[in-house]
Amino acid sequence: MGKRTIVPFGPQHPVLPEPIHLDLVLEDEKVIEAIPSIGFVHRGLESLISKRDFNDYLYVIERTCGICSFMHGMGYCEAVERIFDVEIPDRAKYLRTIWCEMSRLHSHLLWLGLLADAFGFEALFYQCWRMREKILDMFEASTGGRVIFSVNKVGGVLKDMDSAMLKGFVAEFDSMEADVRKLTKVFLKDYTVKSRLKDVGILTKEEAIQLGAVGPMMRASGIELDTRRLGYCAYGDLDFDIITSNDCDSFGRCKVRIEEIFQSFSLIRQAVDKIPEGNIVVPVKGNPDGEAFVRVEQPRGEAIYYVKANGTKFLDRARVRTPTFTNLSPLIKILQGCDYADVPLLILTIDPCISCTER
Amino acid sequence: MREQYELIVIRHEDLLETAKTMKDEGARLVQICSVSTKEGFELSYSFAKGYDFINYRIVMDADTQITSISDFYPSASLYENEMSELFGVKIEGMQLDYRDQLYMIDAETPFKGGN
Repeated sequence: MGKRTIVPFGPQHPVLPEPIHLDLVLEDEKVIEAIPSIGFVHRGLESLISKRDFNDYLYVIERTCGICSFMHGMGYCEAVERIFDVEIPDRAKYLRTIWCEMSRLHSHLLWLGLLADAFGFEALFYQCWRMREKILDMFEASTGGRVIFSVNKVGGVLKDMDSAMLKGFVAEFDSMEADVRKLTKVFLKDYTVKSRLKDVGILTKEEAIQLGAVGPMMRASGIELDTRRLGYCAYGDLDFDIITSNDCDSFGRCKVRIEEIFQSFSLIRQAVDKIPEGNIVVPVKGNPDGEAFVRVEQPRGEAIYYVKANGTKFLDRARVRTPTFTNLSPLIKILQGCDYADVPLLILTIDPCISCTER
Repeated sequence: MREQYELIVIRHEDLLETAKTMKDEGARLVQICSVSTKEGFELSYSFAKGYDFINYRIVMDADTQITSISDFYPSASLYENEMSELFGVKIEGMQLDYRDQLYMIDAETPFKGGN
């Protein structure tokens, strides 16, 4: 047995955009155990239900995270709408779907950029984020915001997109798709990239189920599950396959996210083709009374929203089970036995969002 | 299309048996959620079998101690540590017990009823 050392990793580390701390137990250069600590950006957002009414709380919950902010707002609204037993207009469902897929696009491009930066490909990082900027521009044009959008409302959405804007977006996505395809070739074909990702961070199918992996982390271990298949928003009207990989390693996770980018382009095109005319919001009166669970597929995987209401304007409980929280257990598993030098990349391959995790 | 799910109330003594059954049936543990009530806690253990979503509800007082299901589902440890640190739920037998160090926060059980 080699010499054992405990190396503190984070909360401040060049590869971590957000703070998480790991105590890494090393035996020479191998990680034997990783013990995470979180809470550096814990804001107690879930406790603010006692200070904000259920309509205002929407603006709190979408500030859970700067990347999935749209989906946090939408998941919460869907849970409250379920308690009210309100069906939102079809056009609102399609608009939510389009914004969801735009969120997935910019999240996956952000992740690809961070990955490129982590293995030292700075130009690739800039290229990925240049693409992402275009999507943020589209968010700004359609919602007025680049990070926090505030377009969801209990009962629908607050802003519409006219057909000229939607067609303009599709044309932009068409040209972007060719550029992204060129970029992603580097991730999938480059020798150096493969050498850092292939056969690193193995998570078998059984381990992924056992440890509660979700999203691309789970699908890269060969599990064919995608919450969008539940048919919420307009997903029930759109054709898409579930993207999986049997690689079970970091390369597989990268491949799944890349293919999901192209899938999002396709879903947006389909949604724009099929979006019906009509209202974008229905009036919702009174206060919610009851409880509801809602599942949504965020870019990082399945998120679960739970809302419990008591008939007053203040809720009893609002909870988000975020994908990163449940992907921490698989992360601890893939870190066991890895080389110390691979730790930053392995943390990145779960696409961690610590703000989401801590809320 | 709105997802349909089950919500089944169980006694806290039946939790381990329920978790074992779910595990044997190949279900994933997707979340454990705690709600503080006047009397104590309402815990929801959510499992997914494929796309089926099944929730088991335990209603208990604040002094009741439950047994960890981390022997069946290792991923339960994080949820259980969260419930223990933020809500003050008493849990025995956690495979991985952070002893109030998962969340690096000063407040003790900030989400416990009455806090």
